[in-house]
Amino acid sequence: MSALVVESLSVVFGGFRALDDLSLAIDAGEIRGVIGPNGAGKTTLLDVISGITRARSGRVTLGEAIDLTRSSEAEIARAGVRRKFQRPSVFPALSVRENLEIGCGAGCPPAERSRRIVEALTIAGLESQADRLAGLLAHGEKQWLEIAMVLASDPRVILLDEPVAGLSDEETERTVGLIRGLRRPDRAIVVVEHDMAFVEAVADRVTVLHEGRTLYEGAMAGARAAPRVIEVYLGR
Amino acid sequence: MNAVTGSLAATRAAAPMPVQRRYDAGLLGLVAALVGVALILGLAKPETYLVNAIGQLAALAILAVSLDLVWGYLGILSLGHGLFFAIGGYVCAMHLSAHAYAVTGTAPDVMQFMGWASLPFYWTGMTSAPYALVLAIALAVLVAFLFGWASFRSRVNGVYFSIISQALVYVAMLLMFRNDTGFGGNNGMTSFTLLFGFAMGAPGTVLTLTIVTILALAAVLIGCGRLVASGIGRQMLACRDDETRLRTLGYGTTALKLKIWCLSAAIAALAGILYVPQVGIINPRVLAPDLSLEIAVWVAIGGMGRLSGAVIGAVLVNALKFWLTAAMPEAWPFILSGLVLLVVLVLPNGLLDLGRLKPTWLSRGMPR
Repeated sequence: MSALVVESLSVVFGGFRALDDLSLAIDAGEIRGVIGPNGAGKTTLLDVISGITRARSGRVTLGEAIDLTRSSEAEIARAGVRRKFQRPSVFPALSVRENLEIGCGAGCPPAERSRRIVEALTIAGLESQADRLAGLLAHGEKQWLEIAMVLASDPRVILLDEPVAGLSDEETERTVGLIRGLRRPDRAIVVVEHDMAFVEAVADRVTVLHEGRTLYEGAMAGARAAPRVIEVYLGR
Repeated sequence: MNAVTGSLAATRAAAPMPVQRRYDAGLLGLVAALVGVALILGLAKPETYLVNAIGQLAALAILAVSLDLVWGYLGILSLGHGLFFAIGGYVCAMHLSAHAYAVTGTAPDVMQFMGWASLPFYWTGMTSAPYALVLAIALAVLVAFLFGWASFRSRVNGVYFSIISQALVYVAMLLMFRNDTGFGGNNGMTSFTLLFGFAMGAPGTVLTLTIVTILALAAVLIGCGRLVASGIGRQMLACRDDETRLRTLGYGTTALKLKIWCLSAAIAALAGILYVPQVGIINPRVLAPDLSLEIAVWVAIGGMGRLSGAVIGAVLVNALKFWLTAAMPEAWPFILSGLVLLVVLVLPNGLLDLGRLKPTWLSRGMPR
């Protein structure tokens, strides 16, 4: 059962094809790693799914019916697709708790909201920092807070763009556990990352992108063995 | 629990800009002080020119608060807020002229200058104060809505929005300089004689007007204070700091920005309504780009993102201006520029930064 289906998606910036007729299906219950060299189109893919970038052609379907390429960012988010950005994007002038409150979404009933905030605080390990301003957190804590914000809305699809960028080994290890813990049978998770060991630890399957196309799809072990992947990405 | 916390302390971003979000002691204290000033004025009845000056300062403070609401809390720097101020002011001036015409029979300047036998059709109903009040606010909100809707929907933000807002106020100024518009052209409107049937400039009228303006400022502060402390206020700060992030969390930021923008325009119009009967004149000068720029300067000097900062900035700069433009008018632009430089270099968050020297029990937010 596919939670998220990308069909022949093309995105063009000027003369540059960031995504070139890309197709991809992500199942519910799956954690999919998306890797590839710089400029392969990883972030662009997430940008299209979350509505920030418009596709020239192609479709992104959520569940059975919703075409995300025709929806605004807010509509996509309300449909249950949440994204963590590459640069930790938390609201610096608000407290950790207030960040999570906003993360719950506008329509969330108060009782449900307090329950989710407590849950998200626990998952991110930020219970003791709940009333600190998010702008004062350390880099790693910001990354976790953003994941917790994304989680607070109980999303069906989670898009994580480089969740361990700039983290120490210990922090990375903790983040692996955190992300594995987000897995649910009715939830699809997409992780874009450069750190191969991290992707191997966290993802069920990987998609290797190159110049906006799929180069390989399958188990990480297979990716390491595939001659084309070695040639364009791993071999360097 | 987690030993890794803070391991990357070196990458910590600079502390976020301080923002007044709760009903803290500062804001409540300011509101109390304003009520106190109103009471003292009512009891002591000082000289009329002083009362009038205080009233004008209060009206300008309302204008500064209206800008701080969108700039400090929502990140929208309007360099055209004089437009909404002028809408309030012009409609108020029309009411005052029409009212005096109806009572005394002396034709307003607008008619005399143009040699008109009667007032243009859009002056109909202006003798009614409630109608004029509603019209002034509604018109300001309508203009703000159209401009805001077109801009925010197309995601015109930041400096582009500021420049367009400045252009808008300039266009309005050019329009109002025309003599055939029925708004007094370059002379504007002046020599108002009556306010609700009372003689303009009489000590009692001036005093009442000043007290009403101060109380209006207090009410605006309480209202805006509640707003920025609410869930909407949190969304405003979130939108200011990262609009894309807020959108991708499921919030329609266009509607949020539009609402606050229109509210801000309404408050600016209120300031104009209260200001004009106190200065006794309105002309297209209020639409000059430099006035609109100056509002931003008041807010920056006092401390943006803090409602009391806007009030303090507006009052200090304008009090200084009242005094110095009389004492040494040619020096004023230099002094204002110097003040701006000083604040930018020494107190980047405005004069309220000086308040950080106060004891912590005072600066801590009050529980709500």
